[in-house]
Amino acid sequence: MKVDPTLPDRLARTGGFNASACINCGSCTALCPLGMGPFPRQLFRYVLLGAREEVVRHTEEIYSCLLCKMCEDNCPAGVHIAENVRTLRTFLGREELGLATSEV
Amino acid sequence: MSPIPIRDTLGMLEDNLERRKSVLPVPRRRALGWTKGLDLPRGGERVLYTGQMFQIVPAINAMTDRLAKMEGSWMANYFGLARRLNRWVNLAGVMARGDPQEAREYSGFLRNIVSLLRRSGVEFGYLYEDDLYAGALAHDEGLDDALRAHAEVVFRNLRSHGVKEVITVDPHTTEMLREIYPKVLKGYDLKVRTYLEVLVERRPAPVQQLGTMVTVHDSCIYARREGVIEQPRELLRRGGVEIREVERSGRATQCCGGPIEMLFPERSSELATQRVGQLSQVSKQVVTLCPLCLANLRRVAPEDVKITDVSTYLAKAYCPSSPASPAADVSGAGTRAPADHGTPVEA
Repeated sequence: MKVDPTLPDRLARTGGFNASACINCGSCTALCPLGMGPFPRQLFRYVLLGAREEVVRHTEEIYSCLLCKMCEDNCPAGVHIAENVRTLRTFLGREELGLATSEV
Repeated sequence: MSPIPIRDTLGMLEDNLERRKSVLPVPRRRALGWTKGLDLPRGGERVLYTGQMFQIVPAINAMTDRLAKMEGSWMANYFGLARRLNRWVNLAGVMARGDPQEAREYSGFLRNIVSLLRRSGVEFGYLYEDDLYAGALAHDEGLDDALRAHAEVVFRNLRSHGVKEVITVDPHTTEMLREIYPKVLKGYDLKVRTYLEVLVERRPAPVQQLGTMVTVHDSCIYARREGVIEQPRELLRRGGVEIREVERSGRATQCCGGPIEMLFPERSSELATQRVGQLSQVSKQVVTLCPLCLANLRRVAPEDVKITDVSTYLAKAYCPSSPASPAADVSGAGTRAPADHGTPVEA
């Protein structure tokens, strides 16, 4: 796994991504109506580790999130999960999907 | 076999927001047709703001049906071409015309809301062509640059009309105008309340007790972000509606799947089916608080499960002459003469 140590900081600048309070308890994964394995706990670990390729590999999961906040409402560590996911979308949109540009 | 391509689909939404001021532009007659005959004053310090959400839903339904057919088919390979074309021709106008009868029904919900506010003595104006989509989908999909530019246009419009207070009609527009705009715009200071919050405060007297039983599907946004849970229940109860709660209700509500209907129609449909199953075990009459929840749940609901917007019940209970006809869904509520000031609607 390649590590990009700047990834957490860049995501924090993109839109305030912050998962440092996550205690990896798995409540979010258990409560997610979509029941996706890597979501969102494991995904946040990838960001904190700087594993950019793993984050990009889960693009579909990131865009599948309902932003319903079921996980966030029950997160014992108070992580702003939905906003983190939204920030990942902004990041992927700009850096991987070529959105927010004039090119098609 | 290709899934719906994320890049080109979001690119089209972004282009539409920038060029046509909506992610799914609807013709003017669709956006404003519901106001016909209501004599809503233009502008003013307090306005009703629809954000076009009820008006867009029939087009979303048509688009979702088309996308569901494309998911996993060869047609999904041509989204790049569609995006290029969409820059010049509004493809939503071609692909997502929407069912006229459904559009009339959604217009009826807005007319219900106007009647309820008037019945409660609330004075308000309307912005007509400046009642723009608020940008919820762009925000959710992380299209922050497009959203910020669009929010500035919306706020400029509101300010140019001298608006100080906004009454909203759906959770998405409420969240945008109440929570998101203050974060992305400087000097944004509008007071924003949903019509349900306004009505609860005004305590209108019911004209009849509906004597029926329903279950409520809470919107995720209203329940977990905006604190709108008790208001619709209190209004329904005062109007003689018994509420039987589904296990996952209030802050524990389960999503209808609507937020992913455009990119992942099949998965969205599975979630809606699961939710309709939960709700229909409690009551065959389901009340929704969001036009997108309504559309997504209805799409998969069996015929014996009647799902409709809360305004249908409230108008029936509180307005002397209900503008929309909810009779089919409000069993035990008695019958009324057809409205003389609104669009008749079959629920």
